[in-house]
Amino acid sequence: MTSAATNPSPAPKVSSADIPFNPKVHQKKTVSDWIVDIVIWTVLALTVAAIIYPIWFVIIASVSNQTMVNQGKVSILPVGMSFGGYAKVFADSRIWVGYRNTIVYSVLGTALNMLVTIPAAFALSRREFKPRRVILFLLTFTMFFSGGLIPSYLLYKQLGLLDSMWVFILPGAVSVWNLIIARSFFESSIPEDLHDAAQIDGLGYFGYFLKIVLPLSSAILAVLALYYFVGHWNDFFTGLVYIRDNDKLPLQNVLRSILLANQTGMTGQNSGGMDLIQQRDFANQIKYGVIIVSTLPLLVIYPFLQKYFNKGVMIGAVKG
Amino acid sequence: MSAVSQQSQVVDNIQAARSAPLLVRLGRHFRRYGALWLMVLPTLIFVGLFAYVPMYGLRLAFYNFDPAKGLMGGTFAGMKYFNQFFKSGMFVNILTNTLRISLWTLVMGFIAPIILALLINQIASTKIKSFVQTVTYMPHFISTVVIVSMINIFLAPNTGMIGRLFPNTNLLAKADLFTPIYWITEVWQHMGWNCIIYLAALSSVDLALYEAAKIDGAGRLQLIRYVDIPTILPTVGIMLIMNMGSVLNVGFEKVFLMQNSMNLSASEVISTYTYRIGILGNQFSYSTAIGLFNTVVNFFFLVLANFISKRASDTSIF
Repeated sequence: MTSAATNPSPAPKVSSADIPFNPKVHQKKTVSDWIVDIVIWTVLALTVAAIIYPIWFVIIASVSNQTMVNQGKVSILPVGMSFGGYAKVFADSRIWVGYRNTIVYSVLGTALNMLVTIPAAFALSRREFKPRRVILFLLTFTMFFSGGLIPSYLLYKQLGLLDSMWVFILPGAVSVWNLIIARSFFESSIPEDLHDAAQIDGLGYFGYFLKIVLPLSSAILAVLALYYFVGHWNDFFTGLVYIRDNDKLPLQNVLRSILLANQTGMTGQNSGGMDLIQQRDFANQIKYGVIIVSTLPLLVIYPFLQKYFNKGVMIGAVKG
Repeated sequence: MSAVSQQSQVVDNIQAARSAPLLVRLGRHFRRYGALWLMVLPTLIFVGLFAYVPMYGLRLAFYNFDPAKGLMGGTFAGMKYFNQFFKSGMFVNILTNTLRISLWTLVMGFIAPIILALLINQIASTKIKSFVQTVTYMPHFISTVVIVSMINIFLAPNTGMIGRLFPNTNLLAKADLFTPIYWITEVWQHMGWNCIIYLAALSSVDLALYEAAKIDGAGRLQLIRYVDIPTILPTVGIMLIMNMGSVLNVGFEKVFLMQNSMNLSASEVISTYTYRIGILGNQFSYSTAIGLFNTVVNFFFLVLANFISKRASDTSIF
């Protein structure tokens, strides 16, 4: 996209100094612009470093010699490669159980989320559907006013959801926020003409939704599926409050108990013939390993979905 | 002539449709919109069951909980549980903790993304821009459990990267450091993600505005001050209202995970207290009353912010 002033049809002679400043077009800068530039780049570089370094550090620390890590000798690259932490992590059956549970909850949960949210968002995007005002109000209201922890807990108890895998899947079936994002997308990005054409061709709402709207909505579907999936994957609260049975705990709760156990191990008494320092080093390496193992799946899919984020959030910004 | 009669015919039809008996009109409505109702039905069921039934359960705050009857039943208790909360020694402490943590996080977590968005918007190269965005969004996807364990690792006394700088002090055990650690890491994690919305607003700036400002002699800083900032102001307003609705909502998970016996005097907040006495202590009615107090205060702030913003800048969410 070029600016309107740079390409008027009978182009008058313009020297480069006359072209107005445009952050998207390269041009001559004044001294004060250079200073502003340097400040901006410095702040940005520091921000990026501050964000990426802790993550990078956990990665290199997980494969380094822990004595070196604790003495502060590991900074940019791993020192004294050692994969003992990972070996220990993968030997721990709790991790595998947690992994399996989280995958099951996340996949089933996300599938139900999409099945429930997307059709509703489509229905509520139809302007001729008069009851939508009331329905939207009732949905939005729940974003700001809720029953809270105890009434929900008692309800789940009565429904038999405590200590059941369904507690991860059913109660969170609809996120009103995500529904509103999808509705705004359908309202603003699917041309109304398509609906008229579909009607002439004799398509009902179901046909129009399945054959025309969905194929045009892959970006928003990807974004919402990602939001839901990450939500399920990172959920710690549900496992903490509603699950007592260790075999049903998801990864995050397993992770927490492993991290806690190793923390108390740090100050606790000697066990298994290792001296305290060795034990502490070992515990630390497990921590790094466990963090990487649990975060890796998200970090792997992240770059592939990144391009959709801006779009998704921008749609969410459209006022409902 | 014929147009007029046609028109009156249409009006007659509309009137006939309006005056048809209710059942007939309902039947017509469902025949036409049945598919849409079917699509929205699952959502209505889930939201009704999992959002509105617990809302009805809020009545427990005014009743003595009866284990045999669950959400229903129980004898009327009036304001007993609210008074118990207001008079308890914990009230002032957890209310100030909640407000301190949430206000710091709100203010800092609100300003940081705006500044970051203004800075990122200054990058001309699309490649560098998308690199910066990719990096700054990333922490948003890391789970709270992992974030808190990273905090523990980095601040660990004598061995952690930051803990090492303060020999013989345990930063994690200092109550007055709890809030700063909380909000700094919160900003670290969500700053990039929260700036997307402002970047979206900034990308809609009409380039002619920059040119006009430049002709008027505006330097780079003035462009930010007089073009960029006014552009994002409506978005800022909406975000402010949304944030105001969570003044007393400090994320349970992170506070809970960061709590330890040494920092509890500064880290016990309403949500963790509700969990402790409700789920762990089984005082259901008392805990519900505290939760209701929390929700009502939040709702009040949301409505207030919405009202002020509507008056001041014509920006509102309802």
